[in-house]
Amino acid sequence: MSSTLLEARAIDKHFGGVTALRDVSLTIRQGEIYGLIGPNGAGKTSFFNVLTGLYHPDGGELIFAGEKLQASAPHKVARLGIARTFQNIRLFGNMTAMENVMVGRHVRTHAGVFGAVLHDRRTTREEAAIRRRAEELLNYVNIADRADDLARHLSYGDQRRLEIARALATDPKLLALDEPAAGMNGTETASLRELIEGIRKDGITVLLIEHDVKLVMGLCDRVAVLDYGEKICEDVPSLVQKDPKVIEAYLGGSIA
Amino acid sequence: MDIFIQQIINGLVLGSIYALVALGYTMVYGIMGLINFAHGEVVMIGAMVALTVIKLLANSGLPVFVIILLALAAAAVVCMAVGFSIERIAYRPLRNAPKLAPLITAIGVSIVLQNLAMLIWGRNYHAFPPILPTSAHDVFGATITTLQVAIVLIAALMMAGLIVLIHRTRLGRAMRATSENPSIAQLMGVNINQIISITFIIGSALAAVAGLMVSANYSIAHYYMGFMLGLKAFTAAVLGGIGNIAGAVLGGILLGLIESLGAGYIGDLTGGFLGSHYQDIFAFFVLICVLIFRPSGLVGEKVSERA
Repeated sequence: MSSTLLEARAIDKHFGGVTALRDVSLTIRQGEIYGLIGPNGAGKTSFFNVLTGLYHPDGGELIFAGEKLQASAPHKVARLGIARTFQNIRLFGNMTAMENVMVGRHVRTHAGVFGAVLHDRRTTREEAAIRRRAEELLNYVNIADRADDLARHLSYGDQRRLEIARALATDPKLLALDEPAAGMNGTETASLRELIEGIRKDGITVLLIEHDVKLVMGLCDRVAVLDYGEKICEDVPSLVQKDPKVIEAYLGGSIA
Repeated sequence: MDIFIQQIINGLVLGSIYALVALGYTMVYGIMGLINFAHGEVVMIGAMVALTVIKLLANSGLPVFVIILLALAAAAVVCMAVGFSIERIAYRPLRNAPKLAPLITAIGVSIVLQNLAMLIWGRNYHAFPPILPTSAHDVFGATITTLQVAIVLIAALMMAGLIVLIHRTRLGRAMRATSENPSIAQLMGVNINQIISITFIIGSALAAVAGLMVSANYSIAHYYMGFMLGLKAFTAAVLGGIGNIAGAVLGGILLGLIESLGAGYIGDLTGGFLGSHYQDIFAFFVLICVLIFRPSGLVGEKVSERA
């Protein structure tokens, strides 16, 4: 039994009268690929936003690697080791692919105003290290040849890969991917799957929101299902698929 | 012909100063979408502080170079503190308020700073002590003073430095990332409060230098000088494309040239009806034209929706 990396305890989130998340608790173990699925509007992305500090939860708490996550301080969440990608890609479009990944190194590097002005030895060395790591990551996700292109000029699939590279640049313990396969064709999805498996092999825990059921079922060790902001099921994929509540949520009524 | 060259030289000097100030407007706008109308007052404070130090040290026997350097250091420190405080006190509480609120606040801050300056330095004009070398050089029949050469060179150096900082350093990348999308930048570990503070501090440092340049160039400073200068620099930033660093430089230089040439020839153009003291109309004519025909500015891109 491996240790717990992330524990969500009774997370609540409301927007006015609408409940986005109600009493959601889940536990993600070190080194696993954990799937989060559910119909549209079930609260998956809201959970991501609470997890990464973009939203303030109305109740409950998150324990990550033994530390309580402070809400509303995304830059601290990044420092603790949580990185994410977005359902609708959010790169820095007017910066190059390389620069996007280099920004991802921000949280693990230090040079400030004085470094920028003085250009001392330590700063130049750090800058070189940032660049080297960014090159490695672009290679890792197979878009090294697009390094100097503006992010907004990359193809859709490459933008997804770039977003993953940028997230990896923060040296995360937990990588949260929000529908990485959305809009991808079969070949692209297959190579994405290889990429995610490779990331896990490198020791990074993966939290995956995905609509592509085949991908989720084939890739994830465990899956949680959200419906109307509540967790209705959490288990290994083969059992989740057979759960009547899950079938009902997806098909909008009981079958049988 | 020599009048033309003379006006080009004057325009470059004026334009360099506008560009330095315009950078302050454009950086703040780029990072947080706010037009900091108090920026002109920061320039004025820079001029006043520098002048005060120079007056104090004028008869101290120190070399002129040292006096100027000390004045500049004092002005920069005061301006950076003022810029930092403006953001902390006036703008940060309004970070999530509708855009109009910080804009009106900016005008309020501007009035407060003007009046503070009036209380400290009085309502009189302050003359710049004649400590600077007045040597002039002949260029194709026009003259350029050593001071003017220094202004253009120093401004160019500072702008080049800023561009390197923004495009080649970790801090600059964080600034550009914040400017494109602050909430995503935070997820990369960028502390956007810190980046915004640094932006105000850098802009204010440039303003301090510009303040000293203006008062040295015109040999005069007063509590009200920031208003018109601020408006002109804002026009320059809009002309170049507000939010765009290279645009602010280009807009500043162009506006300086337009104003100088306009002032030099307005008498001939209007048959003597308008004199060179009407030079201010050119800046605002330019502003109106840009806003009507090319609101995104010369090198600006169409403003895209923030995610």
